[in-house]
Amino acid sequence: MTWIVNYLWLIPVLPMLAAGVCALLKQPQRRLSATLAIGSMSVSFVLALIAFAEALSHPAIQVANIHWMQFGDQWVSLGWLLDPLAAVMLVMVTFVGLLIFIYSTGYMAHDPNFTRFFCFLSLFAGAMLGVVIANSLLLLFMCWEVVGLTSYLLIGFWYHRPAAAAAAKKAFITTRIGDLGLLIGMVWLYAQSGTLLFYDNGSGCLEQHAISALAAHITIFGMVVSTAIGLLIFCGAVGKSGQLPLHVWLPDAMEGPTPVSALIHAATMVAAGVYLVARVYPLMNAHALEVVAWVGATTALFAACIAVAQNDIKRILAYSTVSQLGYMMLGLGVGGVAVGMFHLITHAFFKALLFLGAGSVIHGCTEEQDIRNMGGLRRFMPVTFAAYAAGTLALCGFPLFAGFWSKDAILHSAHGWGISRGPFYFGAIGALLTAFYMTRQVYYVFFGPRRVPEAQAEPVASPRHPAEESVIADPHESPRVMTTPLVILAVFAAFLGFVGTPAWPWFQSFLAGQPARFDIGGFSEPGLMALMGVSSLIVFAGIGLGWWLYGCKPIVNATDPDALERLAPGPFHALANRLYVDEIYEATVIRLTRFASAFSAWLDRWIFGGLVNLVAWIVTGFGWLDLGLDKYVVNGGFDMGCREVSLFGRFFTRIQNGRVQNYLRVIAVALVILAIFLLWGHRG
Amino acid sequence: MNPLAGCLLVSALLFAIGLAGAITRRSAILVLAGIELMLSAANLNFIAFWRFGPHPEALTGLIFVIFSIAVAAAEAAVGLALILAIYRHAKTSDVSEIGEMRG
Amino acid sequence: MITALTLLPLVGGLFILGLCRTRDSARLAAVTFAFLSLVLAVLLWFGLNPETPGMQFEELHAWAPSLGIAYHVGVDGLGVLMLVLSALVVMMSLAASWANEKQGPVYFGLVLLLEAGLFGTFTALNFVHWFIYWELSLIPAFFLVRLWGGPGRARAATQFFLYTMVGSVGLLLAFLALYLATGKFDLVDLTQLAQANQIVPSLANLHLRISAECLGQWLFWAAFLGFAVKTPVVPFHTWLPATYAEAPSETTMLLTGAMSKMGIYGFLRILLPIFPQQMQHARTPLLWLAVATIVLPAFAAWVQKDLKRTFAYSSINHLGYCILGVCAAAQFMGPQAELGTEKAAALTGVMLQVFSHALTAAAIFWFIALLGRRTGGQRGVDDFGGLRKVIPVFSGLMGIAIFASLGLPGLNGFPGEFLIFKGAFPLAPWATSLAVLGLLMTAIFLLTVIQKVFSGPVNPRWEAMADLTTTEQLAVLPAIALMFVLGLYPQVITGMVHGTILQWIGGLH
Repeated sequence: MTWIVNYLWLIPVLPMLAAGVCALLKQPQRRLSATLAIGSMSVSFVLALIAFAEALSHPAIQVANIHWMQFGDQWVSLGWLLDPLAAVMLVMVTFVGLLIFIYSTGYMAHDPNFTRFFCFLSLFAGAMLGVVIANSLLLLFMCWEVVGLTSYLLIGFWYHRPAAAAAAKKAFITTRIGDLGLLIGMVWLYAQSGTLLFYDNGSGCLEQHAISALAAHITIFGMVVSTAIGLLIFCGAVGKSGQLPLHVWLPDAMEGPTPVSALIHAATMVAAGVYLVARVYPLMNAHALEVVAWVGATTALFAACIAVAQNDIKRILAYSTVSQLGYMMLGLGVGGVAVGMFHLITHAFFKALLFLGAGSVIHGCTEEQDIRNMGGLRRFMPVTFAAYAAGTLALCGFPLFAGFWSKDAILHSAHGWGISRGPFYFGAIGALLTAFYMTRQVYYVFFGPRRVPEAQAEPVASPRHPAEESVIADPHESPRVMTTPLVILAVFAAFLGFVGTPAWPWFQSFLAGQPARFDIGGFSEPGLMALMGVSSLIVFAGIGLGWWLYGCKPIVNATDPDALERLAPGPFHALANRLYVDEIYEATVIRLTRFASAFSAWLDRWIFGGLVNLVAWIVTGFGWLDLGLDKYVVNGGFDMGCREVSLFGRFFTRIQNGRVQNYLRVIAVALVILAIFLLWGHRG
Repeated sequence: MNPLAGCLLVSALLFAIGLAGAITRRSAILVLAGIELMLSAANLNFIAFWRFGPHPEALTGLIFVIFSIAVAAAEAAVGLALILAIYRHAKTSDVSEIGEMRG
Repeated sequence: MITALTLLPLVGGLFILGLCRTRDSARLAAVTFAFLSLVLAVLLWFGLNPETPGMQFEELHAWAPSLGIAYHVGVDGLGVLMLVLSALVVMMSLAASWANEKQGPVYFGLVLLLEAGLFGTFTALNFVHWFIYWELSLIPAFFLVRLWGGPGRARAATQFFLYTMVGSVGLLLAFLALYLATGKFDLVDLTQLAQANQIVPSLANLHLRISAECLGQWLFWAAFLGFAVKTPVVPFHTWLPATYAEAPSETTMLLTGAMSKMGIYGFLRILLPIFPQQMQHARTPLLWLAVATIVLPAFAAWVQKDLKRTFAYSSINHLGYCILGVCAAAQFMGPQAELGTEKAAALTGVMLQVFSHALTAAAIFWFIALLGRRTGGQRGVDDFGGLRKVIPVFSGLMGIAIFASLGLPGLNGFPGEFLIFKGAFPLAPWATSLAVLGLLMTAIFLLTVIQKVFSGPVNPRWEAMADLTTTEQLAVLPAIALMFVLGLYPQVITGMVHGTILQWIGGLH
């Protein structure tokens, strides 16, 4: 079945073609556009399954490379590859994507820009799949940028809202900061290894030959070149995966439609950074991985803290995503590809589930996003509640749910990390906070009495139905087309973890290209059971704390202060304001950039332009001076000379009167004078 | 007084008379006669300097004088013709009357 | 063939100036002549054999042999690329002018004369008539700006003309000195002399007080001035924002699409081959100038209030990448033969960037022209808002052009920028790393433009604005399609120029 390797490019190209066709469709052709998008995604899903089967039977890396463009006598090559890592991602992206596409037909049903939505969504899916199968850092980067573009377009989908437009811009620019690091890392890698193909029959940049050559070079600050390149590439991942300090765009990205948040800003695109690090893992040496681990651990804790004090249902999930991405990075840093990737896959399912659930809640509550204004939804939306609960338990790491196994694997690796115990503690505290803020959210949204804020007494124009006035009605369950994907995802959120338990580490072995064995003895590894117990205790503690603060006494009024706010108002407000990171950036980086811009414009106008104008003025001045000289000195002098000559001539006309004898007289006198003069001279 | 000085004295006298005539007389013919006198004075000088000069064997002065006399003759002829033409035109031969060349 | 190509628009221009009385006949004639030129240029493109080194389609006729002046034309990969590019940009500009009632027969005639000047510059191989074309193209450009421009056109046109003229004086002096030293005006001969290291020794023949090396350096800087003003390179760029802003948008398409490429062409055809040692010697200041050209205008663009000024600065920024590529490629190679690969990458990137910038910038100014026609000349960044809702097709297509300008992969801007960075980084790591800032700022100001013009609530003034008509869509779509083609398959261009580039690399020591 090697044909699937050669035709692997079809998987990303099909959704892209669908996007191209959708772009040409007119707005009324909604059904056609949705059919195209979902159809292409289904075919891609089937192809991905075939590719997965192929990867199962041939775990070795299979590549297909093509020449793209020529410079001098060299070629820039692109290519795609199939290995277990790519296969797993392919299946996950196509499957989750397909479910979210289906869900979107319900969620976006009334949107006037329905076809455009599916155009962007398909383009996103195609580009994301391109990132997954790329066998060249260049191709990966290209698809990566297109993914960034679609993210930009979809965050700003409701472009008439200034907040959405600003958030879209912020997302694009923040991720681009990281991408520039990636770009430099990429050209550096190209310069060092002479190729950007990952695998190319022994001459690829991730293969032994290139890696050892890279490790031999020392660059500035005494760093090995491969560390420097690895860190630069990691910059790209930091931007895309919302790691500190470039995480600020991800919570704002929640301005986009909820399916977009689920697909792009939870399940797939933000995980692309993690995938990138996993893909170039051979490049990442111990020093680079140390940085990765620390950044991941810090992000995991930092974002979990902020999530505790948020009130927007999607923002809580967004910070949770940032935090979980931190866990993935931590897993990559301390444990290896399998540890990080396992969490990536499970997280994709349960976080997509949570976002879709949140979307369902928002849909049911007529665009309400503030959890203080919800409450008691358990009775109105039972399916959504059940699915949401499964997602929450999976995210918290409740024993036996998917998140439990993957997060536990990360904590276990962090515990065993030789360099520092710090990331482990960060991760453990993060896990406690995760359980706490999810419990808080669930109690706010689904329990207690229904709370309707006074502010909503007057109708608010919702972004998706600008024409209709929103009416205050009881929340309602979402249509079947939206709940079915929820249920499917909930099943995966509950049981997916069993493919990677210590007893049956199928997932880990698959990525490593080895056959998996079932061995109950996997649990008997020293410290493993104890650690699992500890992490379960942490989860129970978090949930218990949440129940104690928010569950045992129902929240009655939307305007009541938060339980935590009553306990510690100062820290709560700091956290609610996202620890003022945005404000700090505004005051430093952005202000600096603005200043630099104003300075450049000033430089342009007054220094460069001023110099030119100065020269122009000087030249013009010379011109005036010359004009004056011409007018008064040269011309005037000439005129005066002429006048003198003419006066002189007039004087002489008087002598020249035509009397011959006068002339003779003059001659005679002159002669006499001459004679006297000569005689005088002779004598003297 | 050596012979050269005598000759020169005569010649100077002759020149002075000619000049005085040319300046003072009104009749154009007399003016012409004055000029002829000055010319003769010059010729006399030529002869004198030739005769009493360092190379009397080289006949230069004599040749000059002969040329001069020939030219003077021609000049007199042309001058008289001019005076006649002017006289015919202006009905006078008084040089103080003939101030302008315009006809 | 080449002579015919140059003569065609010249004849067309004179024909229109002399005979066409009505606007309709003039524009029809102009488009016909421009289209024929495009066809001829494309024929040359396909007729050129990229594997053969050296000039092709050469024509060499004696003119004033005693002065070293000959009529010598020919093209290589670079030349033919420039020809197709300028023919394309002129076509686009004429299409944009098609419906602009203000521009009468004289306008179309001048555009064709300008095209003739461009063709002449890109094909001439003898300095004398190359320089004549170089200067000749200025005259129609001056009148186009002076007669059809905005309110500040008089000042802008004068500044444009004078500034460029001053630059050309340096160029002329440098070449007169070269002629006095070597007795040659022919660019190909001079290139050969330079490769044989004979130019600097021959400069000693001039018997000047300064050493030949020093004189060579001076001559290089003098010639550099000419191209630096034309391209432009910071700090010789101040004529550009005013001129681009005041010129009618259709003329700005020509200025940025084709005329600014004359500067880059000069760098590639004249500075790099004829002054290689001098360029190596001056490399560090040149690289800093290139970085300044990339970064400063990108910053300045962000605070501009006028759309045309913003994109004018963006244009400087994009050409800065070309300068960076050329200057990086000027590095002394010495024994490290593998650097030749990087030089080839940088120079190929420059070629791609030249073509792609011409296409993108012309398209963007085309859109601005269309927008200006709908709003009666409004073009402040803050004058709009929410246009995506009112004119979705326009916004979508202009968005594509803007993202192409931003260097989005899949569109034409990316391959060139990538190759420039790929080639320049190993040759000049620090300069290239700094230049990356330009990429970031480009994203910032372009997205700000999109945010302010296309997003947000609809500005009530423009609620009734008309979207692109079918004719306009049909006119614009080929350009957009070309952006995708070049972005996805840049081999179209790289396959055409690789022979030329290999030859250059062979000549650069």
